[in-house]
Amino acid sequence: MDEEYGRKWDRCLADSAVKIGTGLGVGVILSVLLFKRRTWPVAFSAGTGLGMAYSNCQNDFRSPYLLHGRMVKDQ
Amino acid sequence: MLRVCLRGANAAARQCVCGKVAGHPPLQHCRRYTSAGDSGVSAGKIVAASLLTVGGGLGGTIIYAKWDPKFRSNVEKTVPYSDKVFGMTLGPPPPPVIVPKKPAKVEPLQISSVSEATKDSKQPKKEKKAKEAAPPPEEAPAVEEAPADAAAPPPPPPAQTIEGECTECAHEPATLKERPAEEVTALLAAKDAAEQDTLASISSNLDETLGSSAKTTMAAIGAQEAALAAIAVHTEKLKEAMDEEGAADTKSAQWRALEEALNERSKAVDEAGAALLRARDELEKLKGVITSAKDTNIDAARPQVLAAEENLHNMIVDLDKVVGKVQLAQSEAKIVSQYSDLVNEAKAQFQKELDSITPEIKASWKGLAGKLTTDDLNSLIAHAHRRIDQLNRELAEQRVREQIHIETALDQQKLEHQKALETAVLTALEHNREEMRLEQEKKVAEVREVMEAEMRTQLRRQAAAHTDHLRDVLKVQEQELRAEAEETLTNKMQEQETHYRRLTQEQLDAFTLDMNAAYARLKGVEEAIDSHVIAEEEARKAHQLWLSVEALNYSLRTSGADAPTEPLEAAALAVRESCADNEFAQALATSLPTESLSRGVYSEASLRARFQDVRKLARRVALIDETRNSLYQYFLSYVQAALLMEPEQERPPERLSPTDLDTFKLLSYACYSMERGDLELAAKLLNQLTGEPRRVAQDWLNEARLTLETRQAISLLSAYANAVGLGTTQAP
Repeated sequence: MDEEYGRKWDRCLADSAVKIGTGLGVGVILSVLLFKRRTWPVAFSAGTGLGMAYSNCQNDFRSPYLLHGRMVKDQ
Repeated sequence: MLRVCLRGANAAARQCVCGKVAGHPPLQHCRRYTSAGDSGVSAGKIVAASLLTVGGGLGGTIIYAKWDPKFRSNVEKTVPYSDKVFGMTLGPPPPPVIVPKKPAKVEPLQISSVSEATKDSKQPKKEKKAKEAAPPPEEAPAVEEAPADAAAPPPPPPAQTIEGECTECAHEPATLKERPAEEVTALLAAKDAAEQDTLASISSNLDETLGSSAKTTMAAIGAQEAALAAIAVHTEKLKEAMDEEGAADTKSAQWRALEEALNERSKAVDEAGAALLRARDELEKLKGVITSAKDTNIDAARPQVLAAEENLHNMIVDLDKVVGKVQLAQSEAKIVSQYSDLVNEAKAQFQKELDSITPEIKASWKGLAGKLTTDDLNSLIAHAHRRIDQLNRELAEQRVREQIHIETALDQQKLEHQKALETAVLTALEHNREEMRLEQEKKVAEVREVMEAEMRTQLRRQAAAHTDHLRDVLKVQEQELRAEAEETLTNKMQEQETHYRRLTQEQLDAFTLDMNAAYARLKGVEEAIDSHVIAEEEARKAHQLWLSVEALNYSLRTSGADAPTEPLEAAALAVRESCADNEFAQALATSLPTESLSRGVYSEASLRARFQDVRKLARRVALIDETRNSLYQYFLSYVQAALLMEPEQERPPERLSPTDLDTFKLLSYACYSMERGDLELAAKLLNQLTGEPRRVAQDWLNEARLTLETRQAISLLSAYANAVGLGTTQAP
C-alpha cells in the first residue's frame, strides 16, 4: 500500500525528469535551427515537457486502481 | 456588491499606495491634498455609489417580496434575518390559501341531512295520524310512504273493530250463564216430548175434525143436491100443472102431486139448509183447530195443517157452489111459481068474472056447450068481446108499459146481477185469496224445510269441525304431557347414573394415582441415571473441546515480528472435530476467516509497527479526497502535513462528533488506542477516514479486521468451552 505510493512518486519524478530534459533538448535544437537562437522555444518546449509530466503524474495519482503493466519481450 | 466594494477599496488603496510611491517631494503636499482630496472625492463618490446600490437592492427586494410571496418565502429561507426585516416593513406574511373544497362538500351533505330530518319528522307524524282514525294519506313526501300509509290505516280500523267485537264477545258470555249440558239435554228432551205430544194431539184433532167436517160437508152437499133435485121436480110438476089442460081428476092429482112435491121440496130445502149450517159449523171448528195448531208452531204439524186448510178451502168452495146452484134453482122455481101464481090469479079472476056474469054456470064450463041459451051465449060473447077489448087495451097498455117494465126489470135485473156479481166476485176473491194464502204458506213451508235442512247440514259441519278441533287439542295435550313425563324420567335416570359414575370414577382415580406415583418414581430414578451418563459424556466432550481451543489459542501466539502466524487450519480442524455435534461451536469454528486458516494472521505488535507508517502516509495525503485532486493539491497536503502540529496521541472521546472526523484527529485517536492495545477501537477510528488516507489505510485495516475476527471467534470458542466445562463439572 504505502509502497505503491512511493513507487508512484518514483515513477512520476522519473517521468517528469525525462520529459523536461527532452523538452529542453528539443527546444534548444529548434531554437538553434529554426528560431535564430531565441530563448522562447527552449522555454516553450521545456514548459511543454513539464506540463506533460504534470498531467501524467496527476492521472497516475487519480487512477489508483489502474495497474501498470510491463511488456515482456519474447526471448 | 461586495466585490465591487472590495474592488473599489482596493482601487482606492492602490491609488493611495501609488500616490505614496510616485514622488517624494510632491508626495508631501500631494499626499495631503491628493490623499485628502482624491480620497475624499473618490472615496465619497464610491461610498455614495455603494450606499445607493445597497439601498436600491434592498428596496427592490422588499418591493418584489411584497408583490410575490413565494419570492419572499425563498428569501426568508436563504437569508437569515430577512424574515424579521420583512415582518417590520411589510407586516406578517399572508396566510396560505387553501382551496375551499370542504364547504362545497358540506353543503350537499347538509341538505340531504335536512331532507332526511324532514322525512324522519314527517314519519312519526304520519304514524300518529295513522294511529288515529284513518285520514286520507298526504301526497307530498315519498311514494313509498303512501302505500305504507295506505296499508297502515286499514289494519288499525279492522283491529279496532275486531277489538270491539271481542269486547262484545267478552260481554256476552258474562251475561249468559251457561247451563250445564245435562240440563240442556233434559230440557231439549222434554221439549221434544212435549212437541211430540202436541203434535200427536194436533194431528189427531185435525184428523177428527177433518173427518167430521168432510162428512158433514158431504152430507150438506148431498142434501143440497137433493134439494136441488126436489126443486127441479117441483118446478117440472108445476110447469106440467100449469101447461096441461087435463081432466079434473088428473088435475087434482097433479095438484096433489104438486103439493107433495112442494112439501118435499120445502123439506129438502130445510134439510139442506140445516145440513149447510151443520157443515158450516164443522168448517168453523176445523178452522179453529187449524189456527190453534198453527199457534203451537210445531214444524212437523205444518204439512198436515196445510193439507187440512186445503181441504177446508175445497169444501167451502164446493159448498158455495152447491149453494149457488140451489139458489139459482130456487130463483127459477120462484119465477115459475110466480108465473103459476099469476096464471092462477088470472084464472080465478076469470072465473070470478064468469061467475059474476053467469052465476049459474059453475066450475067446469067447458062441457056446457049445449045447455047455454042464446042470451047467455050473447052475453057470454059480449062479455067475451068486452073481455077481449079489455084484454086488447090491457095488452096495448101492457105493450106501452112493456118498455118501462122491461127497463125497470132490466134495471132490477142489472142491480140483482150486480149484486150477484159482487157477491160472486167477493166469493171468488175470497177463494182466490185463500188459494194464494195457501200457496204462499205451502211455499213458505217448503222454503222453511229447505232452510231447515241447510241449517242442519251447517250445524253438522260445525259439529264436525268442533270435534276435529277437540281431537287436535287433545293430541297436543297428550304430546305435551308425554314429553313432560319423559323429561322427568330422564332427569331422574341421569341423576342416578351420574352418582354411580362418580363413585366408580373416584375408585379409579385413587388407584391410578397410586400407580402414577410409583411409575413416576421409577421414571425419576431411571432419568437420574441417564442424566448422569449424559453429563459425564458432556463433560468429556467439553474437555476435549477446551483442549482443542487451547491449542488454537496457542497457535495464535506463533506469529513473528513481521510475519503472520502459521496457518490455523489444523487447529481449526481439530476444533471442528471435537465439537462435531454442537451447532454453536460448529458455527463459530466455521466463522474463522479463510485467510486466517490458509495464511495465518498478523500479531498485534506487527500491526502496531505498521500503523506508524500508515499514519505518516495518511498525514501526507490528508487533503486528497475521493476525486483525486490535482498534483497541486498533493503539494498542498504535503505542506500541510509538514506544517501542521497535532498531538501524536489524543484520547478519543466517548462519542465522535462531526468535528472529530478530521484525518489528523482520527489518526491521533487511533494512535492513542493502538498504544493502549485497543486494536478494535483503532480499526474503528481508521474506518472513519475518507478519501485518499482511507485508501492508504485499507490494507492495514483488512489485516486488522482479520486479526480481530479470528481473535473474536477463538475467544468465543474458549469462553464457550469454559462454560460447557463449568456446566458439566460436578461439585464434589
